[in-house]
Amino acid sequence: MGNVKTLADLRKIKEDLQGKMSLREKSDHPESLVQIRVAMATCGIASGAKQVMEFFIDEFEKRNIPAVVTQTGCMGYCFAEPTIEVTLPGQNPVVFGYIDTRKADEIIEKYVKNGELVDGIIPVNYETIETKREA
Amino acid sequence: MKDLAMHILDIVQNSIAANATEIAILMDVQSESQQLVLKISDNGRGIPENMLESVTDAFVTSRTTRKVGLGLPLFKMNAERTGGALMIESKIGSGTSVKSIFRTSHPDCLPYGDIAGTMALLIGTNQNIEFNFSFTVNQRSYAISTTEIKQTLDGVSVSEPRVIRLLKEMINENMLDLQSIKT
Repeated sequence: MGNVKTLADLRKIKEDLQGKMSLREKSDHPESLVQIRVAMATCGIASGAKQVMEFFIDEFEKRNIPAVVTQTGCMGYCFAEPTIEVTLPGQNPVVFGYIDTRKADEIIEKYVKNGELVDGIIPVNYETIETKREA
Repeated sequence: MKDLAMHILDIVQNSIAANATEIAILMDVQSESQQLVLKISDNGRGIPENMLESVTDAFVTSRTTRKVGLGLPLFKMNAERTGGALMIESKIGSGTSVKSIFRTSHPDCLPYGDIAGTMALLIGTNQNIEFNFSFTVNQRSYAISTTEIKQTLDGVSVSEPRVIRLLKEMINENMLDLQSIKT
């Protein structure tokens, strides 16, 4: 991969990229992908949310995990920034706080891959026994 | 916020929240007058006239999760600390433009930060928004738009991690080139 400086350089790399598009086709059905939303309001940005987002994008690619990483506005947990919301396919979203690259790595390895919950969850939604019974 | 890239990321979030479909980021650096202009414009829903004057007050915000909005106040503070200013123009239904002026000779002037990475991240994670980025140093410009990028990529998505990395490299290389030209 040489130096990419102009659009012409980008065009040369395009052919190489076109062959590796299979993962993205799944984004037509986002429910089948892992969805990560990174809170990107002022408090998040100041605490390093950009690095967290870049880490997730890179690591999902390296570990070959189909995922969509997007930004969102303030989720209200400014005291715990950077925060992320992780939605595994078919599951309720879970919000994690105090994310750094080490924590993000742990979440990918344990929660995303194995469904194993890790420390740092911020309780968001709760169901009482009554509502759960109705469901 | 410790660098300009963070402010760009922050203000652009405002534009995204205002449902902008086109966002322009312009940076203009003049060595002789020691001035840096950073302007972020969008075609979002705009700021109501009666809110325009008070929008740089930390306790004025359109957020619903909190009563405090620090993005614009912090940006204004950082610009004014260097002897610069922040100007906001907006029209409901048309869009908003946030223009900041920094005096680069002032010791408190913020460093650039990772502007290329920020632009690449914004482009890659907001596929439906058209971005225009221009970086000018002493009248010499580098400009790139998502329209051109998407045309070049011909079907390959900007959200591919490799594309984001390449865009960052491309923007960074061009910015470094402009900055190393001696007048």
